[in-house]
Amino acid sequence: MSKLIVNKLSCQKGYTLLFENLSFEVNSGEVLKVSGANGSGKTSLLRIIAGLSSFESGEIDYDSFNLKSEQYKLDLLYLGHLASLSPELSCLENLKYSSLLGTNSLKNDYSKALKQVGLEKYENDLVGTLSAGQKKRIALSLLFITQSKVWLLDEPFSALDSKAITIIESKIEEHCINGGLCILTTHQECNIKNLKEITL
Amino acid sequence: MSIFLNTISRDLKMAIRNPSSFLNPLMFFVISISLFPIAISPEAETLSRMAPGIIWVITMLSVLLSLNTLFHYDFDNGVLEQMIISHHSLSLILLAKTTAHWILSGLPIIILSPFLGMALFLNSESIIILILTLIIATPCLSLIGSIGASLVVGIKNSGMLLSLLILPLYIPILIFATSAISNAQSNLAIDGQLYFLGFFLVASLIITPFLSALSLKISLE
Repeated sequence: MSKLIVNKLSCQKGYTLLFENLSFEVNSGEVLKVSGANGSGKTSLLRIIAGLSSFESGEIDYDSFNLKSEQYKLDLLYLGHLASLSPELSCLENLKYSSLLGTNSLKNDYSKALKQVGLEKYENDLVGTLSAGQKKRIALSLLFITQSKVWLLDEPFSALDSKAITIIESKIEEHCINGGLCILTTHQECNIKNLKEITL
Repeated sequence: MSIFLNTISRDLKMAIRNPSSFLNPLMFFVISISLFPIAISPEAETLSRMAPGIIWVITMLSVLLSLNTLFHYDFDNGVLEQMIISHHSLSLILLAKTTAHWILSGLPIIILSPFLGMALFLNSESIIILILTLIIATPCLSLIGSIGASLVVGIKNSGMLLSLLILPLYIPILIFATSAISNAQSNLAIDGQLYFLGFFLVASLIITPFLSALSLKISLE
């Protein structure tokens, strides 16, 4: 049973205080939706939890590990605004490298993952030639091969069509049933079970 | 180790599919050196005296030109973020990227240098020393450059800032490399210069990957 605890977190960007004394808990099997207006600090919160940005005060613990611990990094999957894809590489090459950077135990089903997001025909096409929605799908295909328990998804549904959104939502539900936890930011309505919501 | 080799092969593959990123600095290297005989004097004595300085200065400038691309593309795509949060050592990944950068910038210069040395009337012994200094010192240029590139990665049009940061650190390499070749031309000992360049290589191999990783984390915060 994993648990991510955020305790009295405060974050400041320049002279602007984004949020103060923010506390919440996400247990395995739960999805936390972070909502809020543009510029309210949703992405900053996710980057802080991913260990990419620093924060003013507060604590973040994952099963009593801190953010810099090896175990947390092994259990973490962060998909940011940018798709983290190189336009000069093919879909398959990008996916292989992304998964190499992520969790070390993999099922190696790259083609199957691309099929899940409907891109089986584009395996060997260069990412630079694909549309924004297709790029987002490649980035999200990582969800089908990762073994990370903590998913941090920044705007996972942007640029996706309704069919793809349903696929990703059901994948997030499956992940939670298998004992994972997920924090996501979105402006859209989500049809996910066990959804908790906080507003910044 | 697999992340090291995979990162090198990924970067090489990307460079081959977007060749202008590494061909432009190489073209600059060849063209600017071949212009010197036209601009100064075609006289063998004058050119061979100036050759070590000309080749080494142009080598540094062309490496400096290529440094902008070292982390720039991965920063724009968001791959650098994934590298930072990866459970693999960031220093090792950056060392792999710097190695790929050397293969694309330093290695072609080493291969081309004998021909350009001949064009500037360097004798065969001096050409061997020129190649030797390039083999020892071009990896230093990439390694030291990686610190600067990681510091300015988030800044747009940072070419000038990068030069200001990095060129002072390149000066000792320039002094000892050119002095080794000049000494070889006058049949003087060159051991001291080569030892110093060797020390610089070992020191930068040990220190720079950690410094680059640290500065990259700060740049992306």
